[in-house]
Amino acid sequence: MSPREIFALRDYLSPDLKGRTISDARQAVSLTHILEETCLVGRPGQLAGRSVLLAVSDQLIAGIAMTEIDGVAKRMLLCPPDLNAEHINALIEDAEIDAVVTDQPARWSASEVYLVVAARAPVRAGAKAKTGRATEWLMLTSGTSGVPKIVGHSLEALTGAIVADGPARGAPPVWATFYDIRRYGGLQIFLRAIIGGGSMVLSEPGESISDHVARLQASGVTHISGTPSHWRKLLMSGSAAGFSPRYVRLSGEIADQAVLDGLSRAFPEASIGHAYASTEAGVGFAVNDGLEGFPASMIGGSRDGVEMKVEDGSLRIRSTRTAHAYVGQNAAALTDGDGFVDSGDIVELRGERYYFVGRRGGIINIGGLKVHPEEIEAVINRHAEVRMSRARSRRSPITGSIVVADVILADGCDLARSDDIRKEILADCRAELASHKVPAMIKFVSSLDITAAGKLARHDA
Amino acid sequence: MQRIAAEQQVKLPPLDDDLSLHETGFDSLGFAILVARLEDDLGIDPFTISEDASFPLTIGDFIRAYENVPA
Repeated sequence: MSPREIFALRDYLSPDLKGRTISDARQAVSLTHILEETCLVGRPGQLAGRSVLLAVSDQLIAGIAMTEIDGVAKRMLLCPPDLNAEHINALIEDAEIDAVVTDQPARWSASEVYLVVAARAPVRAGAKAKTGRATEWLMLTSGTSGVPKIVGHSLEALTGAIVADGPARGAPPVWATFYDIRRYGGLQIFLRAIIGGGSMVLSEPGESISDHVARLQASGVTHISGTPSHWRKLLMSGSAAGFSPRYVRLSGEIADQAVLDGLSRAFPEASIGHAYASTEAGVGFAVNDGLEGFPASMIGGSRDGVEMKVEDGSLRIRSTRTAHAYVGQNAAALTDGDGFVDSGDIVELRGERYYFVGRRGGIINIGGLKVHPEEIEAVINRHAEVRMSRARSRRSPITGSIVVADVILADGCDLARSDDIRKEILADCRAELASHKVPAMIKFVSSLDITAAGKLARHDA
Repeated sequence: MQRIAAEQQVKLPPLDDDLSLHETGFDSLGFAILVARLEDDLGIDPFTISEDASFPLTIGDFIRAYENVPA
């Protein structure tokens, strides 16, 4: 393939598209003339063929840097903002990094990385970097303790689902996400904004949910994505009124019926879809019928180049959108012999639909019986006065462990009713769950921790 | 115990010190819940703290286990 045929992000930044921006809470940068600007200090092309660590603390500058580095560097490793500094040396070694792009160059002065390139707000550039190769995109897995795994993607794989969906109808979309764009879920949205000719409104660390929603409204956001935990938090905040996106997307965690129904009540004009994707398996599919789970007909066969099967209870995916490998000296195989990625997400067939039950690694052990906390939470969340819950195991001197559920009640709920609500929740659980899965204790709490990746924090999983 | 009995749908007989725990109708889960709730309320769990805690046989034994926890 000649370099001319290589597809890079800069190809989607045409000056013909007016009024496009990327913004955070502090600034908005026009994307219309972004190709004539650079956020990298130094000569263009200095990163050509290099393995680049993108360690920019500012999300907006990191996003613009991605559009400059794609097609130039050999590979680009995206550092999420919550990356543990202790892991950086191991990652540099595994990804054979020889250049760092950073907005804190002083921090890297003593490092052994060959080239340190400073990044700052974009300024008008003299010469432009040109696409010379297909850059390998390296992303880090979330949620694991220890050094995260490095997952290798091509831009083609990352954008497979976006190209398959085709352009959004009507005016160019204004996308937003609660995720950080240096994680898989957030990057998908950033790429949708860039490729779809739209604008992008970034999340801002530390911003209150009401300020965030006010900013989304003011920026005219039409399409928005987050985890079910992000969405529950928004529904709980009472800030949703007045915000009316056209498209609401959930991914990254199990979207249960309660959160789907809550969103369709809060955003009656919006189409609401939940997508299945992971850093390793890529975007599998989106479900737009308003129901939890997915139709059994999606298993077997191939849709848009995505094949799915269920083996040993877990969903497995083979497609051109999956990552191509784990990167590093002792990296494990990413796919099985047939090219399927095991998602580790356990599904269960009920009638004509598959339902997500939980993570294979997230099982809690109750007196020797295995329990997925998510299936308990799904039952609890169905109660009209519950907004969010977390099931976990608690050590017990009598039985080894018991199931405990921490529950956040919906706003406006009368706390004097908590005894009644507890009884109702227990009755629901008894009716729908095996006895060992029924919570032994229900605690009402005012908040639950959410990880940097937007997922419910599970300390015992 | 009354509250857990109601939640667990167990019918409690009249409680006194000599009643054996078995006769309360509580199963091990019921006691696990009771011990966990008491730990939340009192900040102690005598069955985990003490290495030689024998499992109580009667309501009286059970209460004494809590009374005997070193302050």
